[in-house]
Amino acid sequence: MIEVEHVSKTYKVARRDAGFVNALRALWHRRVEEIRALDDISFTISDGEMVGYIGPNGAGKSSTIKVLSGVLTPDAGKCVVNGKVPWKERVEYVRHIGVVFGQRSGLWWDVPIIDSFELLKEIYKIPDTTYKDSLDELVTLLDLGKIVKTPARQLSLGQRMRCEIAAALLHRPELLFLDEPTIGLDAVSKLAVRDFVRRINVEHKTTVILTTHDMQDIEALTKRILLIGHGKILRDCSFEELKAEAEGVSGGSIDEIVAALYAKYHI
Amino acid sequence: MRLYWKYFAMHLKSAMQFKASFFMMLVGQFLVSFSVFLGIHFMYLRFPTVKGYSYQDSLLCFAVILLSFSIAEIFVRGFDAFAGMLANGEFDRILVRPRNEILQVLCSKIAFTRIGRVVQAIAMFLYVVATSEISWGVKQILTVIFMVIGGSGLFAAMFILYAALCFFTTESLEFMNIFTDGAREYGKYPIDIYGKKVLWICTFLVPYTLVQYYPFLYLTGRRNEWWLMFLPFLALLFLVPAFAFWKYGVRHFKSTGS
Repeated sequence: MIEVEHVSKTYKVARRDAGFVNALRALWHRRVEEIRALDDISFTISDGEMVGYIGPNGAGKSSTIKVLSGVLTPDAGKCVVNGKVPWKERVEYVRHIGVVFGQRSGLWWDVPIIDSFELLKEIYKIPDTTYKDSLDELVTLLDLGKIVKTPARQLSLGQRMRCEIAAALLHRPELLFLDEPTIGLDAVSKLAVRDFVRRINVEHKTTVILTTHDMQDIEALTKRILLIGHGKILRDCSFEELKAEAEGVSGGSIDEIVAALYAKYHI
Repeated sequence: MRLYWKYFAMHLKSAMQFKASFFMMLVGQFLVSFSVFLGIHFMYLRFPTVKGYSYQDSLLCFAVILLSFSIAEIFVRGFDAFAGMLANGEFDRILVRPRNEILQVLCSKIAFTRIGRVVQAIAMFLYVVATSEISWGVKQILTVIFMVIGGSGLFAAMFILYAALCFFTTESLEFMNIFTDGAREYGKYPIDIYGKKVLWICTFLVPYTLVQYYPFLYLTGRRNEWWLMFLPFLALLFLVPAFAFWKYGVRHFKSTGS
């Protein structure tokens, strides 16, 4: 159960005009502008739900994920996930979540994948039997049999992403954050990842929060969508509703529909 | 501790993936500090003493500082390279793992190639032991060990301080190198040759004299107060503000996300 109530977060961004003189001037006079990354955000997500979190770049998706995963402390608001405040009881809390940052690797570059997994076992203090079951399951479902013996640097992006996802699930988290998990993947890998995410959601009742720019991910996986822009939650509805809403504007591909929606909300 | 050894093994495995590169780095690290040694050597070829200090005296100081610095670098390198971890989001990942963040940063890098410098420092020690006029007893040996412990701790504290500053600037601060790499270079002579002001700064601001100059005076019999040999432990106290500042930095990071 995720409860987010009136969460706000502002960043200070230093700005100056281009040029050497302005750079010098900025040394004395720093013009600081406040950016409202999250502006009074509220939502509730029940256990076992799979939610898509969409919005253009810079809308506040990553900031929300960071607050929910305990990396960032918001300025105001309340956030309780499974009875814990993420940023207050960080160590105890993160034991129960898994995070995949699609753009960055959490695996060791030069050693076989299985060594990275063994290290995670130690970090999360996973009991031997749980680890073995979990590993067997992930290796079968994600087809990692040969891959786990290869160093990460020699894997293709698709193979590596499958390993990243496995790494985030070894400790059987109740909650999984996927930050752009299909970015840069080919069609086959994308389908494999989607299929897998759907399965763990059904079989383990894992709550999944997914941010992506790939609308096919959203269409294939999630029933519920949160649309965020300029730090505000603009819509909280099903994919069909969102589609219907934009139908009048254009009848084209999913990407066109979403572009039309962004235009409609001026984001 | 178990986790630390797991990480240790991982770093060793990673390093061994590229054996040729590893050994070249090892030799490279040796050569870098060997050139400093040559500097001292040629200096004393021209001048038999510098402000009353002999060749052996300088080598002893340099060996202590170099060994301390290398040990700190091998184990605390994660803090030295911390600006990069902040920039590439590595630190975010550390925060989503259920372990203490200091331990994780410590574990993130173990610089085995620095063993090249350790080898050189030990070689210089052996030379000093063989040729200097110090009569080596238990007290002298303990003093040297204390100096290295204090020195490693002090350099470690500097690295941590340096990392903590990155939370506020997000970029690495090159001026801090005066106190780390700089101290390593200048530490090859007893600190008082640089004059009263430097001696004062290196005692009360950053306590390098506590691990080098004062115990060194005791070691070479220039002063006889017994407590001088324990001064390096006082320098270890420098770790306290360093860690406190780091903790403060983490809180700042979590509230700004810079």
